[in-house]
Amino acid sequence: MKKASTYFSKLLTAAIFLIAANTYANPTSDDGGQVDTMEEVSEYIQHHIKDSHDFHLFSYSNDAGERKHVGFPLPVILWSSNGLVTFMSSEFHHDDDGEVIVEKNGSSFVKAHSKIYELNSGEAGVSFDETHHVTNGAKVLDLSITKSVVGVLLVGLLMLLAFSSLARQYKNSKVPTGFGRVLEPLVIYVRDEISRPNIGDKHYRKFTGYLLTVFFFIWILNLMGLTPLGFNVTGQLAVTACLAIFTLVIYTFSGNKEYWMHILWMPGVPIFVKPILAVIELAGALIIKPFSLLVRLFANISAGHIVVMSLIAIMFTLKETLGVAGATALSFILSFFITLIEVLVAFLQAYIFTMLSALFIGMAVAEHDHEHDHDAKGHEIVDAEDVRENFI
Amino acid sequence: MYNMIGAGLIVIGAGIGLGQIGGKAMEGIARQPEATNKIQTAMIIIAALLEGLAFGALFLGK
Repeated sequence: MKKASTYFSKLLTAAIFLIAANTYANPTSDDGGQVDTMEEVSEYIQHHIKDSHDFHLFSYSNDAGERKHVGFPLPVILWSSNGLVTFMSSEFHHDDDGEVIVEKNGSSFVKAHSKIYELNSGEAGVSFDETHHVTNGAKVLDLSITKSVVGVLLVGLLMLLAFSSLARQYKNSKVPTGFGRVLEPLVIYVRDEISRPNIGDKHYRKFTGYLLTVFFFIWILNLMGLTPLGFNVTGQLAVTACLAIFTLVIYTFSGNKEYWMHILWMPGVPIFVKPILAVIELAGALIIKPFSLLVRLFANISAGHIVVMSLIAIMFTLKETLGVAGATALSFILSFFITLIEVLVAFLQAYIFTMLSALFIGMAVAEHDHEHDHDAKGHEIVDAEDVRENFI
Repeated sequence: MYNMIGAGLIVIGAGIGLGQIGGKAMEGIARQPEATNKIQTAMIIIAALLEGLAFGALFLGK
């Protein structure tokens, strides 16, 4: 059993390296002529950063000069003007310029720039204006299982399996076995280092579940983004925005009286400052906090992916200047160490998202130890106990 | 062109800020090594806030 598992892991590692080598080694163009390497590279990176309708692993040109794509199609689910339409993304034949038209349920669909458009009735082909917007079609409500959705579902399944088996182990013994030994310290770390100190001993249990879910969700997805499978799930604005909205909803609805009082009618400041502070605090609580959460995660992960891929692309862009061996060596060294840093960033971003979520929730549920007295003007009268505490 | 200059300015500002945060945290740790964990946590939070600001600006300027 043990031998089989080591064999399997070796095979997996070899496969990942092979895919990695193939994914990035695509220097020739469709027509086999001279290619603008810089443009090709930037197009490839742009394509990777965006979500896609099919799971594309790598592509190559065969001896006949034909472009071959390796990957698998994913289901496309659309809500068009004629109702629900479903088909596999392979019907687009890897077209992304609106050339292939798929006809289903009496409407025709084209895919251009990773978006699916429904052509107006009677139109035989798609046309673009000078800014590459489709002029004779409309965007449809796209509920497709895209690559990112596959990533999210995969992580959900993975976490369900890993953590339910960990939870089951505690029924029989106090010490987990196998992979649970890796997970337990992480769970305890999130509980004792992130949740408890920031939310407080009284309320932390209620929110630890959410914080653990968010932490592992982001971390596993970040790490998955570093594999050559080409996931960029936490680098999608929709995903990070959704996570930020979860946190926003949780701390907004669990905020206590004190929290809302400090937002809407800040005690201890002159009366004419109170409305100004209320506007600032409201904007901070409802817009700036979630916005900073979502942009931080999105920008960090996207920037990381762009940097790694740009460094890998040095292989092609500096081929003429440094020679094939020199460019490959430089690209390997740089991308290797940046990838190591990205492994750290993957953890750090998950940690920071969880930490700030815990901090915001902690602010909303924090209770004063004791009431301060206020004088007639609303200033806090600091009692002797507080002063002593500050000095110690 | 202008957004590139803007991006450069943002990075300069964020760099100065991160330098201040990291440097002061380092000083604090050197003075009180037993408070390392607390200082580190606070440092990371403040660095994250700064980073959010800088990325937000870069994102809006794009």
